[in-house]
Amino acid sequence: MHQSDGSGASRRGFLKGSVAAVGALAAAGAARANGADPLITEVQPWASGLGDGVDATPYGLPIRFETDVVRRNVEWLTADTISSINFTPIHALDGTITPQGCAFERHHSGAIELAKEDYRLMINGLVETPLVFTYEDLERFPREQRTFFLECAANTGMEWAGAQLNGAQFTHGMIHNMEYTGVTLRTLLSEAGIKPEGKWIYVEGADASSNGRSIPMEKALDDCMIAFKANGEALRKEHGYPVRLVVPGWEGNMWVKWLRRIEVMDGPVESREETSKYTDTLEDGTSRKWTWVMDAKSVITSPSPQAPIKHGHGPLVITGLAWSGRGAIERVDVSRDGGITWETARLAEPGKPMALTRFYLDVDWQGEEMLLQSRAIDSTGYVQPSKAQLRETRGLNSIYHNNCIQTWWVNSDGEAENVETS
Amino acid sequence: MSKPLKLLTASALAICVTAPAFAEKLGLGRPALPEEIAAWDLDIRPDGTGLPEGSGDVWTGEEVFADNCAVCHGDFAEGVDNWPKLAGGADTLDHEDPLKTVGSYWPYLSTTWDYVNRSMPFGDAQSLSADEVYAIVAYILYSNDLVEDDFVLSKETFLDVEMPNAAGFIEDDRDASEAHFWNDAPCMENCKDSVEITMRARVLDVTPEEEGAEEEASAAPAPAEAEVIPAAAEPAAEPAPEPVAAVEIDPELAAAGEKVFKKCKSCHQLGDGAKNRTGPILTGIVGAPAGQVDGFKYSKPLMAMAEDGLVWDEASLHAFLEKPKSFIKKTKMSFAGLKKEADRDAVIAYLQAPPE
Repeated sequence: MHQSDGSGASRRGFLKGSVAAVGALAAAGAARANGADPLITEVQPWASGLGDGVDATPYGLPIRFETDVVRRNVEWLTADTISSINFTPIHALDGTITPQGCAFERHHSGAIELAKEDYRLMINGLVETPLVFTYEDLERFPREQRTFFLECAANTGMEWAGAQLNGAQFTHGMIHNMEYTGVTLRTLLSEAGIKPEGKWIYVEGADASSNGRSIPMEKALDDCMIAFKANGEALRKEHGYPVRLVVPGWEGNMWVKWLRRIEVMDGPVESREETSKYTDTLEDGTSRKWTWVMDAKSVITSPSPQAPIKHGHGPLVITGLAWSGRGAIERVDVSRDGGITWETARLAEPGKPMALTRFYLDVDWQGEEMLLQSRAIDSTGYVQPSKAQLRETRGLNSIYHNNCIQTWWVNSDGEAENVETS
Repeated sequence: MSKPLKLLTASALAICVTAPAFAEKLGLGRPALPEEIAAWDLDIRPDGTGLPEGSGDVWTGEEVFADNCAVCHGDFAEGVDNWPKLAGGADTLDHEDPLKTVGSYWPYLSTTWDYVNRSMPFGDAQSLSADEVYAIVAYILYSNDLVEDDFVLSKETFLDVEMPNAAGFIEDDRDASEAHFWNDAPCMENCKDSVEITMRARVLDVTPEEEGAEEEASAAPAPAEAEVIPAAAEPAAEPAPEPVAAVEIDPELAAAGEKVFKKCKSCHQLGDGAKNRTGPILTGIVGAPAGQVDGFKYSKPLMAMAEDGLVWDEASLHAFLEKPKSFIKKTKMSFAGLKKEADRDAVIAYLQAPPE
């Protein structure tokens, strides 16, 4: 860790980055000035020889030039990597679907390996018939397919007290968005028969942490599902293979991985994950509990500290992601001057309920400094608040549910930095 | 269109598009057997529903905790490195940096029992007997000053324990307390007079280093999770203790004391190069007047007793080490004590003549 290095290392990093950016500008100019481009005028090896055969990679990985687009963790956050979290490289992605291979991971006792044939799901408690399903049983229920974001309640949690981590991956990367295939909880619970006094469900995983959470029956029957496929293929081990819970719009901790049991109950369990963790302490020392829904939020993914402007002046695509646990994104506004003036960005597609929405703002950048911000507005009329507004109602110790407007300071070289503004 | 109506339309549409025809029961799965339910249905409710028979006392808990939990949570539940602190933090929840522990934060005792039983120890979950879980929980309560040292936790005494922060929680009230975040016409122009940068992430510099994409391009992918820090890190090597054989000490007794002293080592150092840590240096402590170690900030009660002439002779050490909090009310030493006289004899011998 270089936490104690002081500002020296950061200044070096800053200078190095600037030089790199200037170099890129010069190179772009030189290509134009020096006449014909040899990449065009000379026959290149790939235009003459042969490429790989079809079976070179039976299951393909990204090309080697993209190996920096990976999950990263922040070592000082947790005691070890078993009970820890890493971050999706959102600064390097576009569109809305997160590839499973770089979608962030959060484990409480490590990612376990559970084979389909060893998988069992139990439904017990206040039901007419407690049942046990095998994985094969689950595939015989009528299936649904829905796309949802999953955001960890702690996403942006390190930024409550101030601008801290310099990169969208680290400030906003505890999120992914996948197309799930599975079975609704309504279907599964009906199979067991919910007794009238069943008002909650308690869900837990097969791993050592179990990560049990209580969910009101209303939500369980509304839109929750179990998923066995994501983005068309089996879930990855790190996301709960073979079966995870999907709780649309609600904090990621509730999306229990390796789901093994659903108990119908008349009240909440008040488990560790819903009392000692995932509760939000306010300034006066009282804490909010059951803060399940994820507030509307957005972030500009490029330009951002890990994705500086390298192409010089002229057309610039400003892009980012917006989402809301309460509904669909209706609008995203972008400010280039730290929130004095706002312009409405273009949504790549109309917002879908509780799924990521991509936005673009196409501008002519002439090297002016920018204080870039984005502001999401959802279908309930909720407007993403500023950090100051959030601190006013919640103080600095909430840890979870920080959905404040993010500011990137872009300098005249195109370098971006995570900052806070007045 | 009003907001609720718009939402309704959206969800009605969604149902038309995606929901399968609602099925009758399909007859899939099989009935769960009672012994299967018993094996998995382990959760404990706030009122204690689900607790098994059994019991455990504070002193047993201290031993079980030392064997199973202390490597991460510390001998006194004070936490090692970044691992969770389980004790302390009383009345800090409205402070700048609240310390959230079982004692200061957790609203229900059921949660502690349930979690220890279901998910601890880290890496060896569900290996503890019900009696051991009762004992560990009793010790955690004792470490938080919530029960006396003669407390025995069982199904019957479970609800006698009052959790200090039981009333410290409110249900999510964002819809009401943050109603102003719903705004029909957010400002678009001249929203503020000026903007200044008030804080920069680069100044703080806690962001992991980026590997350069160019240099890394040809290398095999090195995912972040490759580095695994072992859960049970080796304790730092202690400086070799210096023999100070002013009195005749039984070397066997002193050797036994060295083992007992392991319980003290996370706070106290001894011998060459010893430094004050959570507790003061103990070199030459036997026979020395209390409160005299340079640079250590003692509790007020200890200093008061020192002014009254307290000397750490064998008798006073025995009394203190047996029950620290009884001998010095509000001592900073959050150690439960050495209840066995033989352990105290041994550690006092070791303090006088630490073997080479």
